[in-house]
Amino acid sequence: MPDKERIVRVPIGPQHPALKEPESFMVDLQGEKISAVTLRLGYNHRGIEKGCEERTYVQDVYLVERVCGICSHSHSTAFVQAVEEIAGLELPHRAAYIRTLIAELERVHSHLLWLGVAGHEIGFDTLLMYTWRDREQVMDLFAELTGNRVNYGINTVGGVRRDISPEQLPRILKVVDALEERTKYYIELAMTEETLAQRLSGVGKLSKEDAVLLGAVGPTARASGVDRDTRRDDPYAAYGELEFQVVTDDRCDVFGRAVVRLGELMQTYSMIRQLVRQMPEGPITVKAPLRIPAGEAVSRYEAPRGEDVHYVKANGTDKPERVKIRAPTLANTQSVAKMLEDGYLADLPIVVAAIDPCFSCTDRMIAVKTREDARTMGWEELVQYGVRWYRERGVDVSKIKMRGDSTA
Amino acid sequence: MTVGTAVVNILVFPGFLFLVALGLAGEFVDRKLYARFQNRQGPPWFQPVADVLKLFGKEDVIPEEADRTTFNLAPVFALAAVVAASLYIPLWSATSLFPFDGDLIVVLYLLLIPTVCFFLGGWYSRSVFATLGAVRAITQVFAYEIPLFVALLAPSLLANSWSISKIAAYYAAHPWLWLVNLIGFGVALVSLLGKLERVPFDTPEAETEIVAGSFTEYSGRRLAFFRLAINCEAIVGASLIAAVFLPFGLGLAPWLGFLVYLGKVLLILGILALLRTLFARLRIDQMIDFCWKVVAPIAFLQVLINLVVRELI
Repeated sequence: MPDKERIVRVPIGPQHPALKEPESFMVDLQGEKISAVTLRLGYNHRGIEKGCEERTYVQDVYLVERVCGICSHSHSTAFVQAVEEIAGLELPHRAAYIRTLIAELERVHSHLLWLGVAGHEIGFDTLLMYTWRDREQVMDLFAELTGNRVNYGINTVGGVRRDISPEQLPRILKVVDALEERTKYYIELAMTEETLAQRLSGVGKLSKEDAVLLGAVGPTARASGVDRDTRRDDPYAAYGELEFQVVTDDRCDVFGRAVVRLGELMQTYSMIRQLVRQMPEGPITVKAPLRIPAGEAVSRYEAPRGEDVHYVKANGTDKPERVKIRAPTLANTQSVAKMLEDGYLADLPIVVAAIDPCFSCTDRMIAVKTREDARTMGWEELVQYGVRWYRERGVDVSKIKMRGDSTA
Repeated sequence: MTVGTAVVNILVFPGFLFLVALGLAGEFVDRKLYARFQNRQGPPWFQPVADVLKLFGKEDVIPEEADRTTFNLAPVFALAAVVAASLYIPLWSATSLFPFDGDLIVVLYLLLIPTVCFFLGGWYSRSVFATLGAVRAITQVFAYEIPLFVALLAPSLLANSWSISKIAAYYAAHPWLWLVNLIGFGVALVSLLGKLERVPFDTPEAETEIVAGSFTEYSGRRLAFFRLAINCEAIVGASLIAAVFLPFGLGLAPWLGFLVYLGKVLLILGILALLRTLFARLRIDQMIDFCWKVVAPIAFLQVLINLVVRELI
């Protein structure tokens, strides 16, 4: 039985060097061993879903893209796919290829970024510096292909906004060749480097049963032997025409997750080559109506971190009635608590990092149930509450005229 | 030696100020090499100096919960102990400033004081991260300190003396005998990594787990003192290893001897920087396992070899 007196409670987060985003892990420690973890999300709620209801579909594409800085293309693609399905639009063949190409390049940069972060979390900064240097090549390629390094802005309802010129195709292949060499080197490194294996093997165990039970997605699930990949199971864009294998691993630990991601990188390089080789001619966009007919759709997308789900409900106007985003990290956070059980404090950063968390993407809305006075508020009530809160402190905000506010 | 020259020796050259200058230069070498190994640009030469000056100008916060006396004294004691240790190590001449029989043991104990200060400073900060770092620091001591002692005492078996100067003189007189101690040299380098709390033994200040370990609550000039202590410890540790294991160029002219000494310290700092580029951070239990199951037996093997060699010659 754990002795209550000897338990030390360590707050990892909301502000902590291991976390790049605010998130709270309350860790109960017995010596160096973790006896319990309390997870709390919701420090980064930005009201994006609500914001989507206030904007038109065209504006929403760019807003949704900003859900995440790393898998921005994933979110915008998932969103436009849902809208296209409601509107009954047929995506041009070439647009599907360009979307898929950007999606796979995004996977390359995301997985390389993860490898570096994983290295940093276990104190192997050399790996961080190497992978992030290599990752620059993809970022530069993004700047060339889409005009931006991070939020590419290439998607639009009914197609893509930029065409890829014939001269750009060989440059893509060149980057892919260079990165394939580097990835082979990292695979060799992961397999032979002693301290790396010591820190990753047997850490953060998640059995196949638990992975299924807790609804893990993406590389986290695949590293536990769950053979699940939306790209193959429910093909979208151009994935139906590509040949690739779903990489799985039976190690069920952090090392397995690294192996799966590295294996996926190799698959991705082959997919990019196929995309470049088979790139069809034709238009890159179809005309989309401004008002989307009433209806609803759920869109699934295999983001680098796992399955991303968007739900869109249209009401016949140019603004959606409801947008719901389920980022992959939300599906994976449940499994983190399981992985941390009986682990060491020293392993916490790498175990958390191993699901490749993106907490800002995850934070939608929360209801805090631990407090007795907790309750849910509507929009009007919230505005009134805000006005009252400031008035009590001597600031009257009700007189301030807001843009587009006709009543004040 | 008059009192006047002794004071100058201790405070300016080759004591405190000289050691601090060398320590800052050493930090630059380490950071630059580390950066170049990682394919980065690295800092300009004055960066360590700028860092220390900036820290001295920063606000100095003492946590309310902390024990003020210990919190204040720990950094000063750490630095003082390292400087004191430097006085007993022969740098480029054949003897140190104040040599006596048994100074090797004294130096080893003086070099233990900084780690104890890290522990006390962290423990009395009363913050969770600092406490954890402090506990880890003191746990780690038991792992690397004994291999370090054994490795450094092995050469003295041949020289039949516990005086660093006499050990150095003995190996200078028997030029090729230092090759016998190569294993001990490796063990000492690994232990020094632990002493300096560097990757792969940087668990006491593992940034991604416990923020900055013992130093979490330290800021301003107290943090600067701690950093200076670590910088100087690197130089003193490297000098000690150089004096015991690399006994070349002791009889040369002072300026030439100084250059040879700098070369030796640079070599050791270079090896340390390379080692911390190559590895990931070990967990504290893995670190203890590694030190007791691998490093300590190797150190004892060195003692065995030296005992055999001593019978042969």
